[in-house]
Amino acid sequence: MASLSTRIVIRATNRELDIPTGLFINNEFVPSADSPNDLIHLVNPATEETICTVAAGSVKDIDIAVAAARKAFNTTWGKNVTGFERSKLLNKLADLIERDQDILAEVESLNNGKPFKIARDFDIGDTIQCLRYYAGWADKITGQTIEVDNKTKLAFTRHDPIGVCGQIIPWNYPINMWAWKVGPALACGCTIVMKPSELTPLTALMLSKLIAEAGFPPGVVNTIPSLGSVGGAALSAHMDVDKVAFTGSTVTGRKVMEAAAKSNLKKVSLELGGKSPQLVFESADLEQAANWACLGVLYNTGQDCTAGSRLYVQDTIYDKFVSLLVSKAKELVIGDGFDEKSGGGPLVSKTQFDKVWRYIESGRAQGAKVVLGGQKRPGKGFFVDPTIFTDINANMDIVSAKAIFGPVLAVGRFKTEEEGISLANDTSYGLGAGLHSNDANQCMRVSSALEAGTVWVNQYNLLNNNVPFGGKKQSGIVGRELGSYALDEYTSVKAIHWNFGEKLDWPL
Amino acid sequence: MSSFTYQFDTPSYKGTSTVSTGLFINGKFVEPVEKGTIEVVNPVNGKVITSVAAGTAADIDIAARAARKAYKERWGLKVPGVQRGRMLNKLADLLEANADEFAALEALDVGKAFRVARNGDMSGSIAALRYYAGWADKIQGKTIETNAKKLAYTRHEPVGVVGAIVPWNFPLTMLSFKIGPALAAGNAVIVKPSELTPLTALRLCPLFVEAGFPDGVINVVNGYGSTAGQALSEHMAVDKITFTGSTLTGRKIMETASKTNLKKVTLELGGKSPSVIFDDVDLEQTVKWVSHGIFMNHGQACTAGSRIFVQAGIYDRFLKAFTEHASSLKVGDPFARDTYQGPQISQTQFERIMGYIKSGKEEGATVHIGGERHGNEGYFIQPTIFTECKPNMKIVQEEIFGPVAAIIKFATEEEAIEQANNTVYGLACSVFTRDIDRAIRVAHSIEAGTAWINCHNSSELSVPFGGFKQSGIGRELGEYALEHYTNLKAVHVNIGHRL
Repeated sequence: MASLSTRIVIRATNRELDIPTGLFINNEFVPSADSPNDLIHLVNPATEETICTVAAGSVKDIDIAVAAARKAFNTTWGKNVTGFERSKLLNKLADLIERDQDILAEVESLNNGKPFKIARDFDIGDTIQCLRYYAGWADKITGQTIEVDNKTKLAFTRHDPIGVCGQIIPWNYPINMWAWKVGPALACGCTIVMKPSELTPLTALMLSKLIAEAGFPPGVVNTIPSLGSVGGAALSAHMDVDKVAFTGSTVTGRKVMEAAAKSNLKKVSLELGGKSPQLVFESADLEQAANWACLGVLYNTGQDCTAGSRLYVQDTIYDKFVSLLVSKAKELVIGDGFDEKSGGGPLVSKTQFDKVWRYIESGRAQGAKVVLGGQKRPGKGFFVDPTIFTDINANMDIVSAKAIFGPVLAVGRFKTEEEGISLANDTSYGLGAGLHSNDANQCMRVSSALEAGTVWVNQYNLLNNNVPFGGKKQSGIVGRELGSYALDEYTSVKAIHWNFGEKLDWPL
Repeated sequence: MSSFTYQFDTPSYKGTSTVSTGLFINGKFVEPVEKGTIEVVNPVNGKVITSVAAGTAADIDIAARAARKAYKERWGLKVPGVQRGRMLNKLADLLEANADEFAALEALDVGKAFRVARNGDMSGSIAALRYYAGWADKIQGKTIETNAKKLAYTRHEPVGVVGAIVPWNFPLTMLSFKIGPALAAGNAVIVKPSELTPLTALRLCPLFVEAGFPDGVINVVNGYGSTAGQALSEHMAVDKITFTGSTLTGRKIMETASKTNLKKVTLELGGKSPSVIFDDVDLEQTVKWVSHGIFMNHGQACTAGSRIFVQAGIYDRFLKAFTEHASSLKVGDPFARDTYQGPQISQTQFERIMGYIKSGKEEGATVHIGGERHGNEGYFIQPTIFTECKPNMKIVQEEIFGPVAAIIKFATEEEAIEQANNTVYGLACSVFTRDIDRAIRVAHSIEAGTAWINCHNSSELSVPFGGFKQSGIGRELGEYALEHYTNLKAVHVNIGHRL
């Protein structure tokens, strides 16, 4: 029988702490209702050691959580709570995360592998700001009044909370992706059943404790660690879930949308994979462009949906730029997250590790040239060093297939602006894109032409909580996260036609 | 630097408050250039509590230059909205931590009941700062599609240096309503509190520093309207004035702005707001709301529902119930637990109101209850109801700003609307009826910036507020306020259109 908490030891920081390991429903940690012996085993990707186990939620547990969320929505949350109150609670939650940022960062680093300092200063720093940003929106959700006929009708819209939201989040930024979903949903008055990734549920469980401490009523946020094929599928198909928000692979995204279509036509938002390109034009500041290119594909060890995994360099600067790029990529140290020197951690799991290596092998096999990396590291841990391929073509898997999700870059070349744009857009994805140029008109033309939901000009990867984020094409056309746009995903518009002067003749 | 310490030992609050009495410029308290002072009087007994520094044009000049320097060097868009929001939230937290003390100071200075100062004024001030903290990183313009060779977008930039002239009826609340959006949008501010009620503004100054606002971003210069206020309106380095007060002074400010640098002006002025009561109302609730409408804050509210139109069918029953309710309002010491109404703010206001009461009697209206001073100390006036009022009487046309209700009988909806609109003012109105069609029709027909249906003086921070006609220009509260603290810039980027 799974216990509801466990003690873990983080050797690197000499910390011992109790982590909740049950399912979080109605502000309490409980065992599974019908499969108390199902467990999820969590592995430290730097050492391959087991961290601990947590309860694995079943379809029945999802059902119970949804019922709790529905009850809260109808009684203590939804339209029963003011925006002002929601704002206060979200700000309180942000304060608590700030208070516990070191502990949370340590567990995030232990479970996901990313460097501790990055987890604390970036993942958690952005998380705190994200929640505060949405706290500020909570009491500012407005509709419109619309002039129709001043003598007879008052027409207006109300932006109602959409209801019970199933949220399925990935393992690459566990805490930050949690905040991106929880922030706008709670700001709008929705209740949540959260299914964290089965690879990295620990911080979601710790954050659940803070939800209770902050004072959110029971049932407003519920957390069910479970396998995607169990919990995620159940949420997507549930007849009493009004909306499902999913971040993850395109393959799974399709299944979520299909399940929604076949069940209650619940609203769906998808943030999926990418094969994001960067273009380096001859007028670019090459030093800077090389820095951003490295950040683009190596940040989070390439485990980023917007990873700039394809790079096209204009002919005239190709050799100079590529050698600059390689020398910079070499400088990144991939290592244990608790090692001060590490700029990146291991990949999150064996599965991911094997997948990335298959891509690297395919690159070689299909004729691309390895100019950096490509050597397996001996020893424990899912470490992959920065790997750069050149001499690529569109038929190679490393160029055209799905996202690699590792520190593997494919570098090609182009002559003209049109050719560069064409190569960049040659993908069924459309999440991010970057371009580097000092020609202002070119920047405008190219940013306009790139088919991506986020285009970075002379930058890459850096987002802001108040700027929307999402994909075009198969990176997820449905919905945007961040900014005021995210609020649309969690509200449902009701139009009210109030007749105060028209009398109807009958029959017509 | 001189300061004033007051020991509170009352049934509602016990504690000590210490307030610096100088001018707060560039992050510290300083003496005024000309060594003048203004006495602060306790309206409960007419006695002097303390005196504070009197700022004049010379001090306003120093403050304006400090504010402009701060705006250029360490505020404006140099500080991202996220950080401006954090500081505003911090200020709100600090105010909340000291809310009882601030409420006591406000009750002492203004004469309003402690309970009201705490639950109304302080809660409102804290909430306003938090509400605008939330806007600071959400000030958005638009990108606008025109043609393929142009990128056009708007920026909502801060205006620059804002002069905020604050009234005495809700000193801290009005200050918060102004500095909230001003700071959220990135402006630097010079506050001129009312010379009658400077204490809470001064007490707030150390909290600005603790909240992390850079020096010069918020300044507080006490002084008379005719000197400090006038100097702010004239100053060439002040980009905008936001003023709440009398229509008379509002005109002066607008005139001064037009003669100097055409600075932007928003005015929240007086009113003679009508409450219209139809004969199908829930009488008990209506009486309570209408009473709240006129007697809240001792009638010292710009939105006071001071003209009460009652339909003939319910007139007698309404008058009886309203009179009974008004007679039950306890007038007395602001710090007594059961006090509803304290004194009026000053000798001048007291005389003005008594003058209106006299004119009401002289012009033929009937004093139904009240009409006299309450007690023989301080500026207390009995809640007063006039009946038999005619449209041209002074008590019906002019703003009294005291606990004086003028009741007028009407027959039809059209008559009520016509009489309600028979005023140069247009701040607020209220309509009481169970007939929803009528409620909406009438609310839409009365020329006022706020229409309350089956309530009065029920404001929300997120809903805009301001006047039609001579009740003002511009809006406070809600998202709409931000418009008045930002300058819209349109940027046209030519991408390839060659001549």
